[in-house]
Amino acid sequence: MIHTDMVCPFCGCLCDDIVVETEGNAVVRVDNACTLGTHKLMNASMDRLKGPIMRDGAGWRDATYDEAIEYAAGVLLDADRPLLYGWSSTQGEAQGLGVSMAELLGGVIDSTTSVCHGPSILAIQEVGHPGCTLGQVKNRADLIIYWGCNPTEAHPRHMSRYTTYADGFFLQNSFRERKLIVVDVRKTETASIADEFVQITPGGDYAVFSALRAIVRGRGDVVPPTVAGVTKEQLEKIAEMCKSAKFGAFFFGVGLTMAPGRYKNIRNAIELVDELNRYTKFTLTPLRGHYNVYGSNEVFTWMTGYPYAVDFSRQIAFYNPGETTAVDILARKECDACLIVASDPGAHFPRKCLEHLTSIPTVLIDPARTVTTPLCRCQIPTAVTGIDASGTAYRMDGVPIHVKTFLDLGYPTDTEVIGRIFEKVQEVRHP
Amino acid sequence: MSELLVKNAYVIDPINHIDGEVMDIAVRDGRIVEDVGPKATVIDARGCLTLPGGVDSHTHVCGTKVNFGRYMSPEDMRAGREARRGVKHATSGYSVPTTYANSYRYAVMGYTTLLEGAMAPLEARHTHEEFSATPLQDMMANTLFDGNWGVMNAIRDGDQDRVAEIVGWTLSAVKGFGIKLTNPGGTEAWGFGKNLTCINDEVPNFGVTPIEIIQAMIRACETLRLPHSVHLHCNNLGNPGNYACTLGTFNQIPDLNEKRQTLYATHVQFHSYGGSDWKTFCSKAEPVAYTVNNLPQIVIDMGQVMFGKTTTMTADGPMEFNLYRLHHDKWSNHDVELETGSGIIPVFYRRKNLVNSIMWAIGLELALLVKNPWQCMLTTDNPNGAPFVKYPEIIALLMSKKYRDAEFATVHPDTGSRVVLPALDRELDWNEIAVMTRAGQAKALGITGIGKGHLGLGAEADIAVYPIRVGEVDPAQEYRKVIDAFSRTKYTIKRGRPVTRDGEILVHGENTTIWVDPKMGPGHDISQDTEFVKMFDRYYSVRMSNYPVQDEYLKRSLRMETEAVF
Ligand code: SF4
Repeated sequence: MIHTDMVCPFCGCLCDDIVVETEGNAVVRVDNACTLGTHKLMNASMDRLKGPIMRDGAGWRDATYDEAIEYAAGVLLDADRPLLYGWSSTQGEAQGLGVSMAELLGGVIDSTTSVCHGPSILAIQEVGHPGCTLGQVKNRADLIIYWGCNPTEAHPRHMSRYTTYADGFFLQNSFRERKLIVVDVRKTETASIADEFVQITPGGDYAVFSALRAIVRGRGDVVPPTVAGVTKEQLEKIAEMCKSAKFGAFFFGVGLTMAPGRYKNIRNAIELVDELNRYTKFTLTPLRGHYNVYGSNEVFTWMTGYPYAVDFSRQIAFYNPGETTAVDILARKECDACLIVASDPGAHFPRKCLEHLTSIPTVLIDPARTVTTPLCRCQIPTAVTGIDASGTAYRMDGVPIHVKTFLDLGYPTDTEVIGRIFEKVQEVRHP
Repeated sequence: MSELLVKNAYVIDPINHIDGEVMDIAVRDGRIVEDVGPKATVIDARGCLTLPGGVDSHTHVCGTKVNFGRYMSPEDMRAGREARRGVKHATSGYSVPTTYANSYRYAVMGYTTLLEGAMAPLEARHTHEEFSATPLQDMMANTLFDGNWGVMNAIRDGDQDRVAEIVGWTLSAVKGFGIKLTNPGGTEAWGFGKNLTCINDEVPNFGVTPIEIIQAMIRACETLRLPHSVHLHCNNLGNPGNYACTLGTFNQIPDLNEKRQTLYATHVQFHSYGGSDWKTFCSKAEPVAYTVNNLPQIVIDMGQVMFGKTTTMTADGPMEFNLYRLHHDKWSNHDVELETGSGIIPVFYRRKNLVNSIMWAIGLELALLVKNPWQCMLTTDNPNGAPFVKYPEIIALLMSKKYRDAEFATVHPDTGSRVVLPALDRELDWNEIAVMTRAGQAKALGITGIGKGHLGLGAEADIAVYPIRVGEVDPAQEYRKVIDAFSRTKYTIKRGRPVTRDGEILVHGENTTIWVDPKMGPGHDISQDTEFVKMFDRYYSVRMSNYPVQDEYLKRSLRMETEAVF
């Protein structure tokens, strides 16, 4: 069977033109997706856990869904300060239930945002965000900047769908008509096709932004001959390219958000874009990694007022990144139970945090064994959104997309499993 | 079967010409009926002003830009924080509160139906998701067409049928309610950082003018038999001297519909400015109101500004950037491909600021100078002029000259020479307030037929019971009592079920989303048109098949089907 216009549930590009061919419950062919997407979709039914597993002494034993759900609810109800973490690779509906459950439990809910684009959000909260949908970029942008990111490898179709190779209304031959600037600390694949590659010394982003702002403002006289390894000449050239573009689109990744200076870098980038809007049109977009990490920010925000790291222990929504973020809570050994949904902190968190995870009852909701599995006491496999579960996801530019299914493997969805845990919690802790 | 009897209510129901009658209201299964049995739940409304549930025909409570307003404003969230309690979720926020906070606060003020003023079609799913987290009001979404490429191309080609076909298809696809035009053409110009000054400027690259867009959309609206008229945010918002553009627009609006207005002009306060710059800035509410008085085909809403902190948000992207350059606080912008744009900035309206003081006066002047209350709705363009929680104060200002004078004494001392407010003696009565806050709004939206905005037999039992004895309170003198009463109902009843009592939230409700599905007949299905499909394929960043909002996004859905007549 051929399924057209499917949505790839891998990265924040959320490509929605994927063609998947299935025979029974096997995927035999995937068209249009990049290698990352194809790999995820082709292996749709592989490596999945058959059913829930629970710790049994040093090993594992199989459990029923009822048993695992009962266990998860019990663990959360017993805890004084439960942490509900993850949420970036699941559907919006599950995220919403997660927020309601955290609220009722008086727990903390956080998404993987706090270890990727959290700093971008802090900057946006200070100075705002001049952005647009990706179709605006595709139709209008004659200048693209990628800063601290490598879309060729992390968002492989970003350039063909939305930027360098995407023809648009005002650019019929985009590859010739668009200019590409890449800024990075090393020469990446993306940098190799740039019209202008700017190599800055690690940690130099903030200074480079400041220099560019000064030049754009007409105060190039204060800029020294080189800034973080970049010559003034090149900075002037880039500033001129930006000012003379009809529409510039600036994209940045964790290479900028997690570099020294963190959220200050982004703040400086946004203020540069603000400044450029006095001369021409310029927009800025964080390249979000997981396909629905932005969705978690959206859902958390309309329900609680804050995009991530929301602490309900005072019965109100309290937010203070650095205090209420998952890594900090784990590092301080504050939480006494953890529910991890659709993410893999085992592969990303500091050792100290992981040690704490192993010392408390940690439940993982994830389709496959991951690096986080050994840290947990119980894992509940679920359907994968975009493969055997449908739901809502938000693209990196905020466009909400309905993610569809093409297989039925009989697994419950994240929404179903979390919904059932939540029902058990509600039985004990009535609203 | 559920039955409810609201006894001894002092009822004002302008649509049914009831103006202060003490009566019982019987409700069965969510609708108003002749009478109910002895087992009905009884609510004693003795002496209480009882009105149909409030309707807000222009507010911003759900959707991409509202949520981005929250996202960028943790400082706003720290205000309005309330703990979870009973069925009530925790709330945050003052000017852009969370969905729950919006819903609770509106409910406590007696509002049961809300129209989200601006939904970008491409991002409609988001608006509907937030609607499903807005438990206590029925919701509608006006759909943005101000910079729609398909529409502008059809207008340029002189193909009026095509305009209607695109609008009809889009409304059905995104489950929208009516047509919204925000700075028509200007948002497209903003795609390359430009704007238009008024209705005769040409939209760059599209060869059409705003007035052509407005008139073509008005004709399309009538072709599609939409319940609501075109809902227009005029060009040149917020600039000194813009009243001329507003009048120029109003004077070119035909009168095409006997049942309702042909144009709903929104937040007209922001469009009634005289002077040639900020130094000579003054009120032009008089000429604007006189024009409205002479044009029954136009209904306006005030867009009242109230002093204090708020967040402005509009699809008018270039206007927000200009404001940002004045305020220098923070600025967000979000342009939507082939359709529209938007901007957000926080503002603080100050009494000490002359321009802000004049703005405050203009909204009140409009409401007092427009003779017919059915032509002027009470709004703040929430949260642009002020958060909606300020409505009770606005009601009191309109009912009491004494209160207006007292407030006027606190604004910038030069305001007097720039406005006419101190000379206006009119004090609105209860009936007029009822028109401006529910009956008139429901009529303007075209939803009285589905039982909104009135308490007649068969109407939706959306009822607001306010703790104030109309005969015993003189609103002109005791305006504090008016503010208190309108701030908190004794009961708000939604679909026959009490949802709040004395400010307490009683239930976790479920709203109905009201949307319009125009049936266009064979030969008018634009989704089969090769040119339209080609435009979609080439220029949108989502596939056409992934664009429509699935039914599952609407928990309860009320589809208003219309038959287009080409
Ligand atoms: S770019 Fe991202 S969303 Fe698109 S196919 Fe590749 S992994 Fe999937």
